[in-house]
Amino acid sequence: MGADTTARSLEAALTHAFAPVHLEIEDDSARHAGHAGAAGGGRHFNITLVSAAFDGHSLLEQHRMVNAVLKDLLGGEIHALGLHTVPATEWEKGGSEE
Amino acid sequence: MSQVQERISQDVSNNKVVIYMKGTPEMPRCGFSAATVQVLQSLDVPFKAVDVLADPEVWQGVKEFSDWPTIPQVFIGGQFIGGCDIVREMHARGELAPLLQKEKTTQA
Repeated sequence: MGADTTARSLEAALTHAFAPVHLEIEDDSARHAGHAGAAGGGRHFNITLVSAAFDGHSLLEQHRMVNAVLKDLLGGEIHALGLHTVPATEWEKGGSEE
Repeated sequence: MSQVQERISQDVSNNKVVIYMKGTPEMPRCGFSAATVQVLQSLDVPFKAVDVLADPEVWQGVKEFSDWPTIPQVFIGGQFIGGCDIVREMHARGELAPLLQKEKTTQA
């Protein structure tokens, strides 16, 4: 599977599950290749996801929601995930300050 | 509860702060583990570090224990807090220190 395929399938799954206000997926696998922790293979992505689905949920709950979606999609394929979830209400607040 | 689950349960109950990581605090074997340990060290609290690379049973076991797919994992006061991103974000928001302070007081 090419790098692009995985990033695209991630995007499709997250869009479907969270109808994000904002979604960024960065494939960071190259930077982590070959170090000891990555010995089992797998990929590394940085994801920023802003969604109304996160409103009222703790950070841990937000991450668990995303993990549940990604688990079905990728199983053990992701070695590591940089995940930044933001409730839509907080995103709007941040935006108005700019 | 399996033996390894029992061991994890005891470790997180008997230590105020526990991190399951790749490598050791002195020699982390993954950037995420290194970053998370740095946060704990900056807070100046004693913590127990468990190297999952040295024990594959614990590596698998802690993922099941917390229902969390990645390493590192941080527990405070027996509660699962989260992985690298959550710990760093809570630290940035100033939410981690009060949590640890509470644990310190409870300990005394």
